[in-house]
Amino acid sequence: MIKRFFSKKHLPVTLLVIALAMFGFGFALVPLYTLVCKTTGINGKTAGPSILGEPAEIDTSRWVTIQFLATNNANLDWKFYPETITLKLHPGENKLIYYYAENLSGQGMTVQAIPSVTPGLAAKHIKKTECFCFTQQTFKAGEKRHMPILFHVDNSLPKNINTFTLSYTLFNADKYKKSNRTLGRP
Amino acid sequence: MSTAVNDVHEHEHEHPEGFWGVLGRWLFTTNHKDIGTLYLWLSFIMFFVGGAMALVIRAELFQPGARIVSPEFFNQMTTLHGLIMVFGVVMPAMVGLANWQIPMMIGAPDMALPRLNNWSFWILPFAFSLLMSTFFMSGPAPDFGWTFYAPLSTTYGPKSTDFMIFSIHLMGLSSIMGAINVIATIFNMRAPGMTLMKMPIFVWSWLVTAFLLLGVMPVLAGAVTMMLADRHFGTSFFNAAGGGDPILFQHVFWFFGHPEVYILIMPAFGVISEVVSTFSRKKIFGYRFMIYAIVAIALLSFIVWAHHMFTAGIPLVTELFFMYATMLVAVPTGVKVFNWVATIFKGSISFEAPMLFAIAFLFLFTMGGFSGLMLSIVPADYQYQDTYFVVAHFHYVLIPGSIFAIMAAIYYWLPKWTGHMYNETMAKWHFWLTVISINITFFPMHFLGLAGMPRRIPDYALQFTDFNRIATIGAFIFGFSQLLFLINVVRTVRGHGPRVGAKVWEGAHGLEWTLPSPPPYHSFTVPPEIKN
Repeated sequence: MIKRFFSKKHLPVTLLVIALAMFGFGFALVPLYTLVCKTTGINGKTAGPSILGEPAEIDTSRWVTIQFLATNNANLDWKFYPETITLKLHPGENKLIYYYAENLSGQGMTVQAIPSVTPGLAAKHIKKTECFCFTQQTFKAGEKRHMPILFHVDNSLPKNINTFTLSYTLFNADKYKKSNRTLGRP
Repeated sequence: MSTAVNDVHEHEHEHPEGFWGVLGRWLFTTNHKDIGTLYLWLSFIMFFVGGAMALVIRAELFQPGARIVSPEFFNQMTTLHGLIMVFGVVMPAMVGLANWQIPMMIGAPDMALPRLNNWSFWILPFAFSLLMSTFFMSGPAPDFGWTFYAPLSTTYGPKSTDFMIFSIHLMGLSSIMGAINVIATIFNMRAPGMTLMKMPIFVWSWLVTAFLLLGVMPVLAGAVTMMLADRHFGTSFFNAAGGGDPILFQHVFWFFGHPEVYILIMPAFGVISEVVSTFSRKKIFGYRFMIYAIVAIALLSFIVWAHHMFTAGIPLVTELFFMYATMLVAVPTGVKVFNWVATIFKGSISFEAPMLFAIAFLFLFTMGGFSGLMLSIVPADYQYQDTYFVVAHFHYVLIPGSIFAIMAAIYYWLPKWTGHMYNETMAKWHFWLTVISINITFFPMHFLGLAGMPRRIPDYALQFTDFNRIATIGAFIFGFSQLLFLINVVRTVRGHGPRVGAKVWEGAHGLEWTLPSPPPYHSFTVPPEIKN
């Protein structure tokens, strides 16, 4: 069977098919990359919403410090900062903090906040029940908001990590407007 | 044996005359030798175009301060210099050599798919016209480096980026068709008795290269297609605002990019194997291992891409994996260098121009390999990343690697192609000027890089002045020495120089030397007998 594909007559076609398959593979790298990053959490991408209500066991024996950062992408004329700069908590403990955002650009705008965790390996241990980053946020000109993140750090956080940084970058998403789906609340 | 038969056929190919006749002959030719010649001339022209850009870069860097060209234009120069040297010089030259040599070396009359061959060449002048046309557009030509990282090339890319994208699509099409042709020729057109393990190493290296091309050029086409979609169709493959990831671009690009650099060097390995064996008057040492090494390097090339991204924020485990995988490449490469040296060892060596270039290749390419090993070490790479050390490294592997091998190949096979010997004295001048100036140009860049001079900047701090001046002087000597090469080739093609017989070099083996020089229009119309 394989011999047939590599016979004199069929070889060029077989090779063309290989080339086309590799073209497809180039695009397949996109979901593949996302999948690998999501499952292993190696590049600091946090996962989507996790379910509230499973009472996590609070590990009072250790403390974890989280530092919050905010960045405006490109020339985004917004006020955007975390209302809590650092936070000490036990793994398993639910916490609610707010980011402040104010649209100074003088026009209505839809933005998307993109999270990133350093060190990257901590990313999959931060479980967010509610986050303004799950959906795009549409602001009128001059509108200001306190935007919540409800989260806990799970117990399996590697022992050698006692401090990590959660950073949000605010992007102008006017060109990428999505209809906001309601996200994973049970 | 087959020579007599070929001569009978020769009268069918009276070449047409007059402007339209000549144009038609080259435009519609399906002959592997004509197409090989076209590829090589295209490469030669682009070599001077890309070289002129390099000299603009070096002239600007002769002294600190933005003196000669604007920083914007400087960026366009570095971008186009890289793109042209990779896609317009080394790749077409290698394909040109493949076209000329593969049918002659495996005892075939022509390539397997001659019309496809014609098409894959004639796409290229259009591709490069598109690319060069960006200089004449309002707004800058592509100015984000030859790696065209997103978002520099997507969100912030100038309008001319679209022309670059289509030009890369065309180059990709051309390479893929060329690769299909090479594989089909090698698999289907070998003379009876020419088993795979009897093929010359040059043919083997091209077989592996063709598979690499087939594996990664489509991925590059995919990457630029995604760029195009991001720029115009509202997708966000590489834009975080819409849920994409700019780091993904680097992964896709270097998944193509690393095998690509082996595509540039692999046929060079083949050329050097032929030349070293001929001028040492010995068979290549460890033929089988040379082939296994080529295959091993090709396979490894697919699992080392992220060593270009150590500082892009990839996690530690990935860095470790790619560091070790990269170091592993040194093993088969070491086998090859060892075997070349072992071939020369106790050979009766003579130092004609091709051999001189091959020996320079052995020294200087190995040096480039060692700086590559240094770069593969993650903690060290944090210092070297994006400095002139990287520039020194890849110019050491590309010029004394690929370009020297191409020059060796031209001097080695030009007498066969034209029937005339090139001017050896001029070739020796060309060699010594080239090999000395290349080191004057690029050796100081190692120190500049270690001292912290970043790449791709038109201006620099005062303390880097001396080494930059040396490098610029070397670059100009290198650039103008290549005119000697041009003159020598043109003279030989026009029939100056003594006539040569079928076997140009007394130590040469292989089927191409059984054909008269110049060889008949169709190489082997009757398959030759394969001895031993």
